[in-house]
Amino acid sequence: MLNRQGRPSAPQAHGVSDPAAGMGDEAARLQGDASKAGGAAGSHPTFTGNKALAQIEPLIFEIGHTETTGVDLDEPDAFKPRLGGLERKDAIGLPGLSEPEAMRHYVRLSQMNYGIDTGLFPLGSCTMKHNARLNERMARLPGFSDVHPLQPVSTVKGALELMSELARYLVTLTNMTTVALSPKAGAHGELCGMMAIKAAIEARGEGKTRTVVLVPDSAHGTNPATAALIGFTVKPVPAREDGWVHVEDVKKLLGPDVAAIMLTNPNTCGLFENQVAEIAKAIHDAGAYFYCDGANFNAIVGKAKPGDLGVDAMHINLHKTFSTPHGGGGPGSGPVVLSARLAPYAPVPFVTVTDGGEPTLVEHEEDAAEKPFGRMTAFHGQMGMYVRALSYMLSHGSDGMKQASEDAVLNANYIRASLADLFSQPFGDKPCMHEVLFDDTWLKDTGVTTLDFAKAMIDEGYHPMTMYFPLVVHGAMLIEPTESESKASLDLFIATLRDLAMAAKKGDKDRFVGAPYHAPRRRLDETRAARTPVLKWTPPAPVAEAAE
Amino acid sequence: MRYLPLSDTDRGEMLARIGVKSVDDLFADIPKDKLLKNLIDLPRRKGEMEVERILSRMASRNVSASSVPFFVGAGAYKHHVPATVDHLIQRSEFLTSYTPYQPEIAQGTLQYLFEFQTQVAALTGMEVANASMYDGSTGTGEAVLMAHRVTKRRKAVLSGGLHPHYVDVVKTLSDMASDDVVTLAPDVSATEDLLAQIDDSVSCVVVQTPDVFGNVRDLKPIAEKTRQHGALLIAVFTEAVSLGLVQSPGSQGADIVVGEGQSIGNALNFGGPYVGLFAAKSKYIRQMPGRLCGETVDADGNRGFVLTLSTREQHIRRDKATSNICTNSGLCTLAFTIHMTLLGEAGLTRLARINHANAVKLADRLAGVKDVEVLNKTFFNEFTVKLAKPAADVVEQLAEKGVLGGVPVSRLLPGAGLDNLLLVASTEVNTDDDRAAFVAALKEVL
Ligand SMILES: Cc1ncc(COP(=O)(O)O)c(C=O)c1O
Repeated sequence: MLNRQGRPSAPQAHGVSDPAAGMGDEAARLQGDASKAGGAAGSHPTFTGNKALAQIEPLIFEIGHTETTGVDLDEPDAFKPRLGGLERKDAIGLPGLSEPEAMRHYVRLSQMNYGIDTGLFPLGSCTMKHNARLNERMARLPGFSDVHPLQPVSTVKGALELMSELARYLVTLTNMTTVALSPKAGAHGELCGMMAIKAAIEARGEGKTRTVVLVPDSAHGTNPATAALIGFTVKPVPAREDGWVHVEDVKKLLGPDVAAIMLTNPNTCGLFENQVAEIAKAIHDAGAYFYCDGANFNAIVGKAKPGDLGVDAMHINLHKTFSTPHGGGGPGSGPVVLSARLAPYAPVPFVTVTDGGEPTLVEHEEDAAEKPFGRMTAFHGQMGMYVRALSYMLSHGSDGMKQASEDAVLNANYIRASLADLFSQPFGDKPCMHEVLFDDTWLKDTGVTTLDFAKAMIDEGYHPMTMYFPLVVHGAMLIEPTESESKASLDLFIATLRDLAMAAKKGDKDRFVGAPYHAPRRRLDETRAARTPVLKWTPPAPVAEAAE
Repeated sequence: MRYLPLSDTDRGEMLARIGVKSVDDLFADIPKDKLLKNLIDLPRRKGEMEVERILSRMASRNVSASSVPFFVGAGAYKHHVPATVDHLIQRSEFLTSYTPYQPEIAQGTLQYLFEFQTQVAALTGMEVANASMYDGSTGTGEAVLMAHRVTKRRKAVLSGGLHPHYVDVVKTLSDMASDDVVTLAPDVSATEDLLAQIDDSVSCVVVQTPDVFGNVRDLKPIAEKTRQHGALLIAVFTEAVSLGLVQSPGSQGADIVVGEGQSIGNALNFGGPYVGLFAAKSKYIRQMPGRLCGETVDADGNRGFVLTLSTREQHIRRDKATSNICTNSGLCTLAFTIHMTLLGEAGLTRLARINHANAVKLADRLAGVKDVEVLNKTFFNEFTVKLAKPAADVVEQLAEKGVLGGVPVSRLLPGAGLDNLLLVASTEVNTDDDRAAFVAALKEVL
């Protein structure tokens, strides 16, 4: 039942023109060959190849020049350099654009992107909720954005105050002992938590013997990758037909060699681990630690506290639960809350508050009262994200955060209930948390795959759900609407998915296997990209050579 | 609540469709005694005005770099970022998109990543660059792990000129992974004997240039010796602007180049978010960490871009992956590439010359102050001065006089016996007035 392929890398061959057929249409268009222009829409070719607002945009290397600059700076007066003779002598090869050209280049690129502000973005596990612009404005206050990490601490009292206030919120929401703020994203938070566990185990003198980390098959790839990175051996906890991790499966694997379990809760199947308390107890009884992947904390903020569930360490993706923008792949921020058992090992730097006094910054292991395991990153972590996350928390308050969790779960269940008759739920018809997981059983014999279905959603104006993750179900479709969607928006989404599902079942394969038809690009050849990697632009061969 | 579109009527209708009575029925898997009955003990929701008031008050307790003569560096630098950059990165389609998993509707992100990779490769003088790491320090940790995979050895040698935070990041990671690290003593004058450390057991040598004390280092002899012994040279930089004026690490024989890209396009942000630049020789590409964007074609034969070579990555390879990194520095990458495109080669090299010229002017002026000695023979836009008093005290007193005068070495290396040393940086933002104010304040303090 396991799909070990991960994300598919090859587009379907159906209805696809030969990708190796030399010069693409776009190149022809760029050269003004109007006869070749047209593409999928076809019937009304344009001279430029553009289609009204859909503009073709070349690479900066094709339109810029090394002598062009969009920044006016005065050449300094002559002076004697102090570079010890290591001046650059060769040209670099960096094209520049004037400001209007640059503006247009990037605006056009942006128009080929889909964002939350464009439409529903149900990417499961990724939590694409609304990004309030208030948070952007706050992060750009010069007192936060224009402050150096190594200024005298007397000049950054407000920054330390903000960090300690964020820490207080995170610790209170989770009922944990402390928080390490500095990790740069979720995976970095995992690393921080697992390092704290390793340090605690070593302090007990069991570093050589406790070397195994249990990771359920449904876990995100960062979990096993993180454990392996610092020398742990990963042992899988097998998947069950009900989507939950069972305490007896965990117990079977426990022994004096086990350092920790890495359990995602709510898990990647969209379910709350209903035996979490028993699992935590079994783990602790065996002398191991409970790492919780908190990527899905957004489902339970204000509803349950991880500290009450026996968690020892959990990262919180501020870019998911607390809405700091994903920015096309970051930056993130992954603070790790720690239990009393692990708190002494929290890395430097951290901010402490002594009764009513100003927060103080501890930057070095030797200045710490406890036993920090080291340092995760230069400076103090993702301050820009801390500001945005605190702005989110202040705005929502304890009531708004609870409501957000409830609405997120309500929205996901509304989709589940509205699609249950057409789509297949791998673990039976039961409530989910903030995301609903379907598999591809219902697509059997249609000739349509999860990938095809996702691409057809693009044509309907939606970003697809997460596909082929988690790996424990075949052809996974993980849908996370978040609390940011209105009922009207969900109703249209549901109607669209129902229409697509019925089309697939009726045998309207074309709508899927050739999709997308209306996106800025048709399906892209990922196999070709991997087989002959072209990872940067190189100047075209001079005409004389090319003619040979 | 302004961010939540559902009304109570909506909620009621939706619960009815789902077939449950209350929303808590959907939370039934949470153990009864763990489901919270009351609101968490934190303040209730607030309007925009009130949030602005609270956060603005905190922000006002910090001294911003633009408000004073500012000479603080040591791994993060105050540069002028064109207004266009911040406008563009706030466009919805960039700001609110995800990692480009669906390339057909993410060509904007993918094309700028491809352009970014090309720029970074050119700047560092390397064959390939990835789509970013979290920052320079974590990138350096990843570079060491990569060198271990390539050489199948597990011992790194760290130069005494490497930023102490970077040293700590590498040491933390290496200790946890049970790898060996040899750390050379802090090397203020760039006179350490790195070559003596290199033998057949060494996986990699990590050298920063300009180093944390500001010295510009010649990598060529180190590259030659590492090559002889089958080890890799990892070149690190914390000031990307220096690459506009100094020979690229690639041209000097580096195998992996990693550094901090904050200087181009990104604000100081009290330390983050920043953007790690990571480049290597192409023969090591399959051992690289992080995302890679590659060119391909779509079904109509049109050029397009996708994330590629993902069989290195955690979502496919799990515990065999080259790194655990997933989310990286997307938007900071965009800021970097926009600023770099605005600069172009002409702008970048001029910017670098201005930085160097300003630092030279400042060094010359400080050298004229009694009880101040400039230690560097070479530098780009940052150098080390020796004072007659502990630098930490001097910096505090300068701050009282409204000058942020640099980073005391003791802030980075407490207990190293370097208490009287001060790192001073100067960029294009500094004026003659700034320098005059610095010199005047320093004279009073010393
Ligand atoms: C379940 C889960 N764990 C961990 C991560 C890693 O988080 P990040 O991308 O912030 O490193 C993700 C995000 O993709 C996730 O969905």
